[in-house]
Amino acid sequence: MAVPALARRGADDPSGPDDAAGAADLHTPSPRSWSRAFGDINQAIAQRELWGHLGWQDIKQRYRRSTIGPLWITISMAVTAAALGGLYSQLFGQPIGTFMPYVTVGFMIWYFISACVLEGTETFIANEGLIRFLPAPLMIYVFRTVWRQVLFFAHNLVVYVIVLAIFFPQLTRPYQMVHPNGVVHPGLSWSALLAIPAFLLIVINGLWVTLLFGIIATRFRDIPPVVSSFMQLFFTMTPIIWTTDLLRGGAPGSTKSLVEWLAKLNPFYHFIEIFRAPLVGQVQSWTHWAVCGVITVVGWTLALIALRNYRSRVAYWV
Amino acid sequence: MVSIDVRNASVDFPIFDAKNRSLKKSVLGRAGGHITDAKVPVVEALRDVNLSLRQGDRIGLVGHNGAGKSTLLRLLAGIYEPTRGRAKIEGRVAPVFDLAVGMDPEISGLENILIRGLFLGMTRKQMESRVDEIAEFTELGDYLTMPLRTYSTGMRVRLALGVVTSIDPEILILDEGIGAVDAAFLEKARDRLRDLVSRSGMLVFASHSDEFLVELCDTAIWMDTGEIREQGSLREVVSHYKGRDLFESLSPETIRRLDLRTDTAADAPPPGGPADETVGSP
Repeated sequence: MAVPALARRGADDPSGPDDAAGAADLHTPSPRSWSRAFGDINQAIAQRELWGHLGWQDIKQRYRRSTIGPLWITISMAVTAAALGGLYSQLFGQPIGTFMPYVTVGFMIWYFISACVLEGTETFIANEGLIRFLPAPLMIYVFRTVWRQVLFFAHNLVVYVIVLAIFFPQLTRPYQMVHPNGVVHPGLSWSALLAIPAFLLIVINGLWVTLLFGIIATRFRDIPPVVSSFMQLFFTMTPIIWTTDLLRGGAPGSTKSLVEWLAKLNPFYHFIEIFRAPLVGQVQSWTHWAVCGVITVVGWTLALIALRNYRSRVAYWV
Repeated sequence: MVSIDVRNASVDFPIFDAKNRSLKKSVLGRAGGHITDAKVPVVEALRDVNLSLRQGDRIGLVGHNGAGKSTLLRLLAGIYEPTRGRAKIEGRVAPVFDLAVGMDPEISGLENILIRGLFLGMTRKQMESRVDEIAEFTELGDYLTMPLRTYSTGMRVRLALGVVTSIDPEILILDEGIGAVDAAFLEKARDRLRDLVSRSGMLVFASHSDEFLVELCDTAIWMDTGEIREQGSLREVVSHYKGRDLFESLSPETIRRLDLRTDTAADAPPPGGPADETVGSP
């Protein structure tokens, strides 16, 4: 079979210096190129009807043949918030009117973040069948996973609205989480709207986490269990059912200041804080936003490099 | 312009879970001095494949189990990008592989039609306007509202073929599974597939069945241990592969039904002639 001489040259080694000749012949960029990586993202965005539908499907699937269906998401969140909020406010001796909203919002956003991390590691493994049998951009599955979490989150948001309605009077005036020498929080105001850009930032981070962890976990199958045990650890270390207000005033070198220092090293703390503080009317430091911004840039850079280099390999690994 | 060009393409699968890398074996191996490479074992599923397919081609893929037919189909569908070499695919690809995959058994046939269509690049609106046509073609009727798990294999094939043929794909890639449909439906599907190919595209079809190959293809590729062994007219290649004339095994009524095609096939060069008539030489 005759093959054009031009095609032979450079086609042997796609990453070699003859790459240009091979590409020129077939007018196709190397599998490891930025144009293919961004092409994947663009095509997935164009096919938003597909992942939008698949994400909904996932939720409907979970509650198939159940009478109230996805309403169970909201109910289970409400039960968790009521039980933990009630219990811990008594244990820590904190007023329930401010502690309950605090725990509810913390849980809501923690569920979203940890689901992005945990289900992110499974995103390509779970879609193995589709990846091996249908040509589609990889980002479809990333968007599907994150979109599903956004929908779960929207269901949980109902619980916040209910809690807010109940405890509105306590939340809208200045309050302290810890008496007598805790931080005085200003109470709920229009700055609650800051939660919207905060959530968008968290979603953007959920995307790179899903993409990057998804690629790594597809290649190294030990990653999902490792990640899930770390997430357990992070849950306890992150102020969700406890508050950093408890740590104020610890002497240097004391346990209190050590825990506070650890909390600040914990990336999840900053993401939870930018979303929770505005919604429960607490004082917020701009350093949280700065830390989240840096993580976003670094994370997306790593994820894009992974997408560029390993996009075409995922079909081989699943 | 619909085309597929493959140059020196190889597909190597890394096998990460092969057991030959256990600590025990590597220790023993060191003692014996036999195992030298420390890499992940690799299965070479395709080696140095060169192929040029153009609009209107109807190619049958033959070969033993494990010869690389399905891998080649996935390479042509753009699912696997070659580990070495190049593959350039121009045109909208619609593959039908394992019929259970990409179909959710718990949701209705209608919703599966929608999802499949969205995967193949259609919009929701476009698919909704095609549903009636698909329902008519597949003859599934009210069954389309039932969950897919209630379908027989043949009904799933009908559904899959109904979707891919309704969306005007340019490159249609079919794996062996479609053999599950009955003769009457196959005839209907064949007319539609031929019509599709003559209108806009190309068809690549892997099969072990002489009858299906004759019905759908006019040229063939013989895959052997991951390489293209022979490429040429259907009758020639399949006859070489099977070691007997392709048309011998066909029932008289099939030949009667396809009489037009049998005549043209008889005009093809006799076995032993130039085998690469469809290969894109410069």
